[in-house]
Amino acid sequence: MDYLDFEKPIVELEKKIEELRELSVEDKVLQPEIDRLRKKADQLRQSIFGNLTRWQRVQLARHPQRPYTLDYIHRISETFIELHGDRYYKDDKAVVGGLGSVNGNSVMWIGHQKGRDTKDRQYRNFGMANPEGYRKAFRLMKLAEKFDIPVVTLLDTPGAFPGLEAEERGQAEAIAKNLKMMATLRVPIISIVIGEGASGGAIGIGMGNELYMMENTWYSVISPESCSSILWKTWDYKEQAASELRLTAKDLEELEIIDGVIEEPLGGAHRDWDASAEAVKKQIMKSLERLEKLSPEDRVNQRVDKYTAMGRYEVRQEEPAGKKS
Amino acid sequence: MSWFKRKDSNIQTDKKKEMPEGVWVKVPSTGETVHRRELEENHWVDPSSGYHFRIGSRQYFKILFDNGEHEVVAEEIMPSDPLEFEDRKPYKKRIAESQKKTGLSDACRVGTGKLDGLDVVIACMDFSFIGGSMGSVVGERIARAIDLAREKKIPLIIISQSGGARMMESVLSLMQMAKTSAKLARLEEEGVPYISVMTNPTTGGVTASYAMLGDFNISEPNALIGFAGPRVIRQTIGRDLPDGFQTAEYLLEHGFLDFIVPRTRLKKKLATLLRLVLNRNGN
Repeated sequence: MDYLDFEKPIVELEKKIEELRELSVEDKVLQPEIDRLRKKADQLRQSIFGNLTRWQRVQLARHPQRPYTLDYIHRISETFIELHGDRYYKDDKAVVGGLGSVNGNSVMWIGHQKGRDTKDRQYRNFGMANPEGYRKAFRLMKLAEKFDIPVVTLLDTPGAFPGLEAEERGQAEAIAKNLKMMATLRVPIISIVIGEGASGGAIGIGMGNELYMMENTWYSVISPESCSSILWKTWDYKEQAASELRLTAKDLEELEIIDGVIEEPLGGAHRDWDASAEAVKKQIMKSLERLEKLSPEDRVNQRVDKYTAMGRYEVRQEEPAGKKS
Repeated sequence: MSWFKRKDSNIQTDKKKEMPEGVWVKVPSTGETVHRRELEENHWVDPSSGYHFRIGSRQYFKILFDNGEHEVVAEEIMPSDPLEFEDRKPYKKRIAESQKKTGLSDACRVGTGKLDGLDVVIACMDFSFIGGSMGSVVGERIARAIDLAREKKIPLIIISQSGGARMMESVLSLMQMAKTSAKLARLEEEGVPYISVMTNPTTGGVTASYAMLGDFNISEPNALIGFAGPRVIRQTIGRDLPDGFQTAEYLLEHGFLDFIVPRTRLKKKLATLLRLVLNRNGN
């Protein structure tokens, strides 16, 4: 398993515990020391993960062992049939979707999909969708609406793919169309950021009636690296950019953009995929129960109201100088 | 309505400099010089080469509204600094400096009035204000422009020029994409026409929301229009981009624009198009 820099002290401690454990098979005398170190490791984990910086959260969100969309779907859904293609150009491997069940109820799953090893990463284009990915999502959401099936979207992308062909085939148009369509979709939409929520590429499938983020994920208008390169004119300020962008789950909860934070197992979602999936499933079921009770009209109204209320500005009280009302 | 205020002095006479100073102006594309007055009379389009100088909301309102007369909408929506963002400069300071430099309060203005005798709402972005970036104020003003068009059932025109969403408001800027798109979905339900006019440049989150959602998507000649910027794409694919990539002409060729119109003919073409759209039951 790979470890991030800030996880090192825990990893070293765990290694030591493991060594002692092997020795203690013959000699029980070591047990108290093992218990003591275990407790210390727990405390260390608590203190490190209780005080993560925003940049560290970004790193956790990108952890190569983190569960991805299909890992969640296969753990949460008893059955799942993947559906492919946008019907216009091709099947985008960076966006997956299909019908599955959650506790016996059908849902339309849609999510960005990253790859695990080098080959798989390329196959999934690192989770960066082309226009056909967004158009596949469009098609599946309209299909879900037709059959009155709720939509669950999982967001995990470093961004919409900034390629030549993506522009040629209308990356911006594909995302824009999705936003407008999602606004008035008559079935419930639940959106959950499970890793990286990078800008337009993420929101392009993310206009849920309810929006959640897992504890160690980020969601922002731009990645910290790109922000650093544009505003500081160098790549060196990514940590500061991450901090200024306020991109963690807790930040977005405070900004009242998301409806809640889904807790991850201590040490991050990659430490326990089953427990992470269970937490996501629990949230989906809770949200579904709420949203299924609303009429289609109320669902649309709730969604439109939610997004049109977003934004922070001041309202100037007086008339502008030189102008009378 | 509190957000809709009638003004006594409708004609906008204040003149801030967004164009080069001086009597003679150099045309970047040709290197030739042209007389300032000649340019002004030609809507800041070089008469000989057709080069379109970038202009802002003041000039567009003057060009499009009959006699330049219009009522200002949503001007009371003012920028704040919700994240207390600071890069090499605090965002607050950046706003204040931009306001001082441009005389604008943010990167979008909304007006309503007559265009060739037709009632319209026009929202126009200003690239001169922090790169025409879309934050909460731009989103809210666009939203109010859409609301006004919907309530009055009069056509909406949005003129875009933007580097994309505003980084200094982070996720709040991102959500303006959802906000404006949701408002446009509501406008569609009422059957009110919306014309999106893209000018140089229209990129990022603005393109990926309202700019691409017109019933009619049109552009000025040679405008840069895209999702990702050319620099980022070049870095990604590791090779040079073809000539004319992401120009209005390129988008027209790939099916994303209805037509391209020079600024000198913009008003007439908008009026003709709107009359064709609205010409039902002999009205």
